[in-house]
Parts: sequence; structure tokens; C-alpha cells
Amino acid sequence: GGGPVPGGGPDPSAPERVCFPPTFSVSEIKNKQRRHFMFLRWKQQQRKEKLALKKKRRKEREALGDKAPPKAVPKTIENQRVYDETTVDPNDEEVAFDEATDEFAPYFNRQTVPKILITTSDRPRGRTVRFCEQLATVIPNSHVYYRRGLALKRIIPQCIARDFTDLIVINEDRKIPNGLVLSHLPDGPTAHFRMSSVRLRKEIKRKGKEPTEHVPEVILNNFTTRLGHSIGRMFAALFPHDPQFIGRQVATFHNQRDYIFFRFHRYIFKSEKKVGIQELGPRFTLKLRSLQKGTFDSKFGEYEWIHKRREMDTSRRKFHL
Amino acid sequence: VVWSMLGNRQFCSYKMTTKTQNFCRNEYNLTGLCNRSSCPLANSQYATVREEKGRCYLYMKTIERAAFPRRLWERVLLSKNYEKALEEIDENLIYWPRFIRHKCKQRFTKITQYLIRIRKLTLKRQRKLVPLRRKIERRENRREEKALIAAQLDNAIEKELLERLKQDTYGDIYNFPIHAFDKALQQQDAESESESDAEREEEDDDEDVDKREFVEAEDSELSDFEDMDKLETSSEEEQEEEEEVEKKVSHSKSKGKTPLKGPARRKRPYIEIEYEEETEPSTKTKAA
Repeated sequence: GGGPVPGGGPDPSAPERVCFPPTFSVSEIKNKQRRHFMFLRWKQQQRKEKLALKKKRRKEREALGDKAPPKAVPKTIENQRVYDETTVDPNDEEVAFDEATDEFAPYFNRQTVPKILITTSDRPRGRTVRFCEQLATVIPNSHVYYRRGLALKRIIPQCIARDFTDLIVINEDRKIPNGLVLSHLPDGPTAHFRMSSVRLRKEIKRKGKEPTEHVPEVILNNFTTRLGHSIGRMFAALFPHDPQFIGRQVATFHNQRDYIFFRFHRYIFKSEKKVGIQELGPRFTLKLRSLQKGTFDSKFGEYEWIHKRREMDTSRRKFHL
Repeated sequence: VVWSMLGNRQFCSYKMTTKTQNFCRNEYNLTGLCNRSSCPLANSQYATVREEKGRCYLYMKTIERAAFPRRLWERVLLSKNYEKALEEIDENLIYWPRFIRHKCKQRFTKITQYLIRIRKLTLKRQRKLVPLRRKIERRENRREEKALIAAQLDNAIEKELLERLKQDTYGDIYNFPIHAFDKALQQQDAESESESDAEREEEDDDEDVDKREFVEAEDSELSDFEDMDKLETSSEEEQEEEEEVEKKVSHSKSKGKTPLKGPARRKRPYIEIEYEEETEPSTKTKAA
């Protein structure tokens, strides 16, 4: 077999340079104690080598001074993201034209004031009810109505008749809300989301207060592709166009890797370089499942985008929003 | 004979026993229980009502056909009309034992009731159950957690708010003059540096030595006066408000909620305490 096995039992004074015979491998020792000990020694050696390498590299960098090659940027998923060809360029004319003529144009031209109807699926449980109430305080000019077995297809024309601009349906399963359908009413697109990590106001660790009636600001982060852009506009259309800065409240929709995180904060500027934020209001995360062109219609609707698991979840670096 | 064999003694494959009752799984059984009178195998004259695809049929078995298993059960279609169907059952089962007739009609009634219910329910919305896939749920939860960590929401929000402040979206609400002041200072410095440096340095040295003392005294006095002015106006405002509001304001200041002017903020809590003593002229001299 291999050469003489060094060491017998844990040796406090391990030699600096451990020379293993060439055909030796730590995993071949049968004795667990000895094997463990040898493995630790091997690990220490590896770490020392790594440290030495780092030091050497740093010295080289300093020696070179200005001529040193730029530091390598670590790879993140966001760095390695597969480039989506529908990424919106801010100066794109076609996109600008589309946006001027799509269903949200009247909102962005300040012709309509958003009026939101929040409802749930049949028989909502306590948690969902409380969540709806809190959501109604967050979104100004919103009303909560309970659905007592009414069909969505029938309440939509009624909503349009009463001048509602948006409809939010919170779907519930096993006493927790798990789905959100957001529909822009006069003929607008309908987005169906999967909702997770819902935290009600009392579950958020803070000692703060309730949100006031002021109109909050809206922050939309990271909606880069065309699809993301349209979803971002949907969210923006929920809130009135002119935020009241006195209220110092901000609602954030942050998209990261296709998950949209919603947070509601109150901010204060401590100086011009520092701002403090305090979280109030519910928080939840959404993941887009489908986007439909007209209002809610599961059978005959024209789907603009559906999440197809087999096709779209193949690559870990590919995101659609 | 058949019953004494199958019934309660030996094995009947259609028989299901539970703690309280025996059931008969035979599809031609009228009541579903395992009784002497409801066993289709033990009775040579028997009838049932069964439904297929929404239509009800009356099945009859007579002793004359006992030798022909294929032709054993005779089938009669019942009309869709409830009362007419009951009459049909009656006329087909005329001269049959009362028990079978009664049970047939009962069974037929039950069947029609549940058929009506089916038709009503299909008109209403039906809840579609979509099965969750455990692996996928777990995967999505994990990815969500990682995305949350990668998002660094607080930092992102703070950055966005500061950018909006810089781009003046808030207008005049927050007066941080330091910001603009610093910029102006930097501009001035840049201009001064671009001019002849050497001369400037010499002159600066001479002037600074003299100026420094001078300037400092002035500055201190000026700054005190300025601060006093600011504080006076602010104190007037304070005094106008009620005490409760003052307390609230002091509370919130300690938490740092309201936007305040930079230099005044430091001195404010200090002087608040003095104002509670309500000796204004003395505070002035103290501060100065």
C-alpha cells in the first residue's frame, strides 16, 4: 500500500510542513480518530496556503501601484443574469409611445383618480380580513367589500359602473392569504400573483404608529424588462399621482429576481446624507404568475404572459421581470 | 337456502361489516344493507332503481329467469317526470311485495334529489383545486429568502429617497442649506485654487494670522447671536403652542422625527430645560 502513515493519535505539536507520501489520501485511513485529525491538519494547511497566496497577491498589487489590474468583481446572480432582450431602454421611443397609448395613459395624464376595490375569495378568515383592512389603510381611496359568493364576472361590470379604477382580489387558502389578482378596471390588464410572507402590522417588530391618511410616495425598483415595466405601471396606477410629502410615507415595490417585495415605511431626513426609515404597514412578497390582457376571465381571456414552469424555470440566471 | 349459506354464516364477498352494521356492496342492492330482505342474491324476486348518465332505470329480477344469468335483470327506463316515474314503478311492480315497492320509490326519490343538486352546482362557480408541488414550493421559498437578502431593501429605499432629495423632488420642505452651502463653498474653493496659488498662500498666511483671531471672535459672537435669533423665534413658536404639544415635540425630537435645522438642533434640548424655569433674561446672559 502507501507509505508509512504519519502520526498516531492527536499530536499537539504538529509539524509545520506535513509531507504526505504521494499516494496518500486522508480518506483512506480507517481509524476515525486518526482520520479526523489528519483531515484537520490538511485543512489547516490549505488555509495557510490560501492566506499566503492572498498576501502575495496583495503585495503585488501594492507594488504595481497604479498599473495594477482592476480588482475582480465577485459574481452575483444579478451580474450573471441572462440578458433579456426585452429590457427597456429609457430612451426607447417605441416604449414611450406604447406607454402613452396603453390602458394606463389616462392615469398618467392625470385624467382619472384611482379608486380601488379590495375583496377576497369566499369566506375569508380572520387573518385575511385584517390584512385587507390594513391594505386599505395603505392604499388611499380604497374600499373593502366582502364577497359573499358573488361571481367576479358579475361584480366587474358593477364596479365599472361605480367608477372604480382597480380591483384587488386576495385569494385565501387555509386561513392565510396566498394569491392576489390585480385588475385594472375599464378593460385593463389583469395580473395574477402568488403572495407569500405576509406580515401584518402587529407582527412587524417596531414600536411605531399607524399610517396616516396622507398620500404616500411610490418607489418602484428594478423593473427592467418590458413585462416588468407594465407591471410597475400597474402598481403605480394604484396610488394617486400627487404624493403628499408632509406625510413622509413611502410605499415600495422592489423587484429582485422576479420576486416583488412590498414595504411601507415612514422616513425622516436626519441630514442631507442620512435618512431614517421606520416600517409601518403590512409587508408581503409577490411573484407574477400570469398577465392577462382584458379583465379577469380565466377561460376566454387572452394571456399576455403565463409562467410556464418547464420552460421558464430551466435557468437560474434568467428572470422575466 | 342461499341466505342460510351466505347471509350470516359463511362468506359473502359483497358483505362489508363495520362495528355497528353490515353493508352489502352489491350494485343491485336496494337499500345497501345486508339483510335477508335486501339481498339480491338471496331473493328470487327483486327490483332496484339505478341511474346511468342522469337517467333512472328500474331493474327487475324474477324467478322465471333464474336459469339465465344473462337475461336475469330486466331494465325499464323511467320517465323524467317525477310523478309519472312513480306511477311507472307502481305499475311495473304491481303485485310485488310492499317492501320492495316502497324501497324502490324511496331510492328513486333520493336519486332524483341528488341529480337536481348536481345540476344546480355545475351552474355555480366551482372551486378549482390546484395541487401544490412540494419540491417547487420549497424551491420558491428558498429563492425568495435569497432574493430578500440580495435585495437589501432598507439600503435601496434609503438610497432612492436620498436621490430624490438631491433631485429636488421635495422642493422646499426640507431646508438643508448646508447642502447647497457646501456646494457653493466647494465651487469657491475650486475657483480660488485655479488662480495663482503661490501669491495666495503668502497673503493667506499673513492675513490669516491676523484674521484668525479677529474672525473667530466675530464668528463666535455672530454665531451666538444668530443662534439666539433662531432660538428666539423658535422659542416664541414653542411658547405659543401648548405645553402638551411641547412635550410631544420634545418627545419626538428625542426620537428624531421632525426635520429640524442643523445647528439649532444641538442647542435646543439644552435650552428647553432652561425655559421650563421661565426665566428668560437670565438665560440670555447664561447662554452668551
